[in-house]
Amino acid sequence: MSLTEKEKTVVRDFFGKIVARSDDIGTESLTRLLVVYPQTKSYFDHWKETTPYSAPVRKHGINVMGGIYEAVGKLDDLKGGLLTLSELHAFMLRVDPVNFKLFTNCILVVLSMLFPDDFTPQVHLAVDKFMALLALALAEKYR
Amino acid sequence: MVEWSDFERSTIQNIFANMDYDVVGPKALARCLVVYPWTQRYFGNFGNLYNAAAIMGNPMVANHGKVVLHGLDRAVKNMDNIKATYAELSVLHSEKLHVDPDNFRLLADCLSIVVAAQMGTAFTADVQAAFQKFLAVVVSSLGRQYH
Repeated sequence: MSLTEKEKTVVRDFFGKIVARSDDIGTESLTRLLVVYPQTKSYFDHWKETTPYSAPVRKHGINVMGGIYEAVGKLDDLKGGLLTLSELHAFMLRVDPVNFKLFTNCILVVLSMLFPDDFTPQVHLAVDKFMALLALALAEKYR
Repeated sequence: MVEWSDFERSTIQNIFANMDYDVVGPKALARCLVVYPWTQRYFGNFGNLYNAAAIMGNPMVANHGKVVLHGLDRAVKNMDNIKATYAELSVLHSEKLHVDPDNFRLLADCLSIVVAAQMGTAFTADVQAAFQKFLAVVVSSLGRQYH
């Protein structure tokens, strides 16, 4: 599966449209990951707290969204463009790739919640494909 | 047996009590057919599913969406025994309809997204967790009798 040119445009346009709320989206998505899938908290033992909307969650949610926007800018070559991030996740963070799917679920719910009129089925399809390809690119250097 | 907190029970009851089945059912099924096009394999006799607009405007899809959503009512009324409640439906989906059980998960994901759009910020993280837990139990029960 790969993104068609049309789908790339849909992804760029949609993420461009919602960029002003990207910090909220990141915070909301990460908060939900930790609440809906509590096992993900295991990656954050070193934080002071993992409570919804707390400072460390907000800071890291914004960080993750930054990575997603970086990927939006590299749609024509996700694997190549995200090599460094992949190495980070593979060798340092060692996040089990199953969690990328869980995070995708959370971000899709947040996008639907915050932009019910813009997150049409067609946009949902393109974004879901993008997130799946992003996850694959991140897992590239794992083994 | 699945343990439900008071919050989870009341959340599920509330969501379904306030749900507009005629809107949510059609939207969820249509979204599933658009976002996961391979699910269209089960609807060969539904007519025009050639593109997103056709799917979203298809009256057979809309109707079936309502049927499927109302199918959840039994689980809502029998939260302490969803597995037994759906044993017969599970056999039906396996032996007669031959539906790959992974599709239940795909439809459940789409349902969460449609409900999130309907409820807006009322679909808090805790509400999302309760709703997805409920759907996960339903999905598991529907796949239980496959062999």
